[in-house]
Amino acid sequence: MSYIPHTAIETQQMLADIGVDAIDDLFGAVPRSHRFPKLDLPPPMSEMEVAAEMLAISEANDHGQDFALFRGAGAYHHFIPSVVNHILLRGEFYTAYTPYQPEISQGTLQATYEYQSMMCALTGMDAANASHYDGATSLAEAVTVALEATRNKRKKIILSHGIHPQYREVLRAYHQGRDIRIIGDRGRGEIVDLMEMLDDNTAMLALQYPDFFGQIDDLSGLAEAVHAKGALLVMVSNPMALSIFKSPGELGADIVVGEGQPMGVPLSYGGPYLGYFAIRQKYVRRIAGRIIGETLDADGKRAFVMTLRPREQDIKRERATSNICTNQGLMALSASVYMALMGKNGLRQVGELNYHKAHYAANEINRLDGFSVDMSKPFFNEFVVACPRPVAEINDALLTEGIIGGYDLGQHYFHLENRMLLCVTEMNAKDEIDRLVEILGGLG
Amino acid sequence: MTTEQLQPLIYDIGEPGRMGVNLPECDVPKVELPAALMRADLALPEVGEVQVVRHFVKLSKLNYSIDEGLYPLGSCTMKYNPKVNEDAARLPGLAHLHPLTDESGSQGALFIMHELQAWLGEISGFEKVSLTPAAGAQGEFAGILMIRQYHIDRGEGQRDLILVPDSAHGTNPATVTMAGMHVHELPSNARGNVDMDALRAACEGELRDRIAGMMITVPSTLGLFESTILEVISIVHDAGGLMYMDGANMNALMAVVKPGELGFDVMHYNLHKTFSTPHGGGGPGSGAVGVNEKLAPYLPGPIVEIVEEPSPQPPPIAMEGDFSASDEPVGAAYQVARNARRDDGRPNGSPLQTTGGGVEPVEPPLYGFVMPEKSIGRMKAFQGNFGMHLRAYAYIRVYGDTGIRDVTRYAVLNANYLRAKLMATYTVPYPRYCGHEFVLEGHFEDADDVHALDISKRLMDYGFHPPTNYFPLIVPEALLIEPTETETKADLDEFIEAMEAIAAEARAEPELLRNAPHTAPVRRLDEVRAAKELALCCAPARPPRG
Repeated sequence: MSYIPHTAIETQQMLADIGVDAIDDLFGAVPRSHRFPKLDLPPPMSEMEVAAEMLAISEANDHGQDFALFRGAGAYHHFIPSVVNHILLRGEFYTAYTPYQPEISQGTLQATYEYQSMMCALTGMDAANASHYDGATSLAEAVTVALEATRNKRKKIILSHGIHPQYREVLRAYHQGRDIRIIGDRGRGEIVDLMEMLDDNTAMLALQYPDFFGQIDDLSGLAEAVHAKGALLVMVSNPMALSIFKSPGELGADIVVGEGQPMGVPLSYGGPYLGYFAIRQKYVRRIAGRIIGETLDADGKRAFVMTLRPREQDIKRERATSNICTNQGLMALSASVYMALMGKNGLRQVGELNYHKAHYAANEINRLDGFSVDMSKPFFNEFVVACPRPVAEINDALLTEGIIGGYDLGQHYFHLENRMLLCVTEMNAKDEIDRLVEILGGLG
Repeated sequence: MTTEQLQPLIYDIGEPGRMGVNLPECDVPKVELPAALMRADLALPEVGEVQVVRHFVKLSKLNYSIDEGLYPLGSCTMKYNPKVNEDAARLPGLAHLHPLTDESGSQGALFIMHELQAWLGEISGFEKVSLTPAAGAQGEFAGILMIRQYHIDRGEGQRDLILVPDSAHGTNPATVTMAGMHVHELPSNARGNVDMDALRAACEGELRDRIAGMMITVPSTLGLFESTILEVISIVHDAGGLMYMDGANMNALMAVVKPGELGFDVMHYNLHKTFSTPHGGGGPGSGAVGVNEKLAPYLPGPIVEIVEEPSPQPPPIAMEGDFSASDEPVGAAYQVARNARRDDGRPNGSPLQTTGGGVEPVEPPLYGFVMPEKSIGRMKAFQGNFGMHLRAYAYIRVYGDTGIRDVTRYAVLNANYLRAKLMATYTVPYPRYCGHEFVLEGHFEDADDVHALDISKRLMDYGFHPPTNYFPLIVPEALLIEPTETETKADLDEFIEAMEAIAAEARAEPELLRNAPHTAPVRRLDEVRAAKELALCCAPARPPRG
């Protein structure tokens, strides 16, 4: 019976000890009228058949190992060193649960503490939690922290339209039951326009760095303006970009959130990913979710434990500010192993590879008739291409040549029709980029 | 002063200039980096590949896991995580599939999600399922937001109270608050059921017009099936409220009862509990949510639907959901299908759609994402924890229609066996058969300085992960024990012996318990110190050596 080990004899012995004749006798409390329904499911399958079926299904997908992938828009195809997967596949890590019992969970606890530490280094913040579900939910949780930090007296949340459209959708879904105003992202507002919206009713201002279009805005004076109004500055950041660019901490952010997927987590059709959440010391006690702290055991030995527990839902119940329980622990481990392997120099190298390759591609495409690249601001590994025809048509043509093209921005931004968001990472070799440019050239 | 350590921090084992990875040279002309935007330093460790491997392998050995032994953590369903599912999740066509791939290029993934939606609906008796919530708590959140919006759309936005029994998971009341609603707590009676008088008072008294719904766990967090559940549901419905079922304990219900048929309006599933996806040291989870017709338009999106039927209509096609149309071995169909990927990228026939007489795959429909008409929105970016969906798919596929019922039957058998055997040594409140888990009191009248926590810690010395302790809150010194169906009688007998030995030690040598564990990597921790000193991060305070 698949993963059920009982023999008939064992089952009989157990039933005798319980004092019933049959397993079904244990379900007497279930209303008879509804007991033991038939399930209309497919018949059972052997492991061999399931493995074959999964392989067959998987082959019906256009994926990053068969295609040259130039799509990002919130999920990125980066190199993942083999070590990451080998560590992840250790049953000691992936078949454990939340480290409620620290004495026999020091592996998970220390690895998570190291993850928190490396995220602090990357973001320039003082503390990071053990993760949220993804970048979008991290941002939604940042709103709650900002509202609490301003004592629930402020009702205005200012968002930049340069934040991932789905993140803004999630933020709105999360806070639909709350009496707050979410503004700023419905037009094409620049940072200066958002700064004008700041007032004494503003709890936070959030922007993305680099933004959804891959670009880096001039943020000088922003943090001072936000703080002058007593609000919090929240930055959504691609951690890979932080390998080379100034940390949000240096730029004055109070909370930094984002999608940790680029660091060692495969694309996996959108999840499981890793929402990272980092914060300044003064707000640390308002952070949601699990946080690991250092302490000593009864013998004075250094050890780690989940701390600030009284904030959490299982203790504070209806007075908790978030209901998060399970997080993305295993993905935090991926990021931890990834950052440890890459280290100080490797991560910078990856960041630079992304920068150079994206700029090479952008410059080449910008030369093509009919195409132009928005180079008005600095960018990292994504850029916006104005195309001479609908993006869907271009992508169809690319697909027949084994290339998955950019993201169609017209889907989310009415003013960006025929604009494609292209992503180039260290995974795109020069000949792949050249082939992309060549095919685009034929479509001009 | 040097503190003794189990394993140095990753920051403490590096040397300046060392790297754990070997990257390719830049093959394009380099451009100048914008100096004003660059960071000066990046304080990450500098460690070699071998050191990284050894570091994390050593850390892994400090963990207890299901792969090592029984993990009877009540309410968490720590069952065996099948290895074949891990292999499946790492297939390139699934692991390296971009979430924004065009529908034509992701038919395989959409097919998995579509089937899983249908199967979860079938198992629980719900009309529609959304797989987007990332964890059980997010499923709850989606459910309560749906209930809220349902009332608002009917002009009954004043309904702001959600009834929650005192035995509920902490996520339930926290969810209600997050959704901008309010908790009305209900006491439990001596049999562990909801106190019907309190329920009636809430639903038939002056609060009646404010009742938005009720959240209840079935079986309850005591492991007991609410024997008055039909009455509870009808009282809440009569007051105009909707019923939310916390499906955390679904491992006790599969093919035993369909919550949708009992009258529930919405429930969430924990794919990482019932459907064996790994708990990952704290996650990822996956918290699909199922609803009846009333709430279907409000589901969080996107959900997968057939957006285009096959055309032209092929000859005898098995009905959607009619999986038993053929006696042919289902695997054989896919042997055909896997060899012939169609030009347009769609999977070449589904294994479930074999024609009546043979194994010829039929033209599949086109699957696509849709946002339900009045959707409460997106719970997370993209479409849920797909890596967990595909594992749950593979898990249900292995058990199939006849096997799924055995999951529940043997989970309940194992729990009742432990309960029956432990009753001799421990106080087991509520004299009834349990579901997939049960609670016992972790203290003894003749050893009153020994607590549930001490028993838990002592279990570690016997090689077991402790049960959930001090939950549910309504049982003093609670130990909530959930063995799951994947444990043998011999495993359970060892656990029983350990529990009996500990009960004897509690009287004879209580110090042994109070100072436990003795054999774990560390002894009990100073949690007050952790909260007071709040050392959450080593990097800034302790820069890398050199």
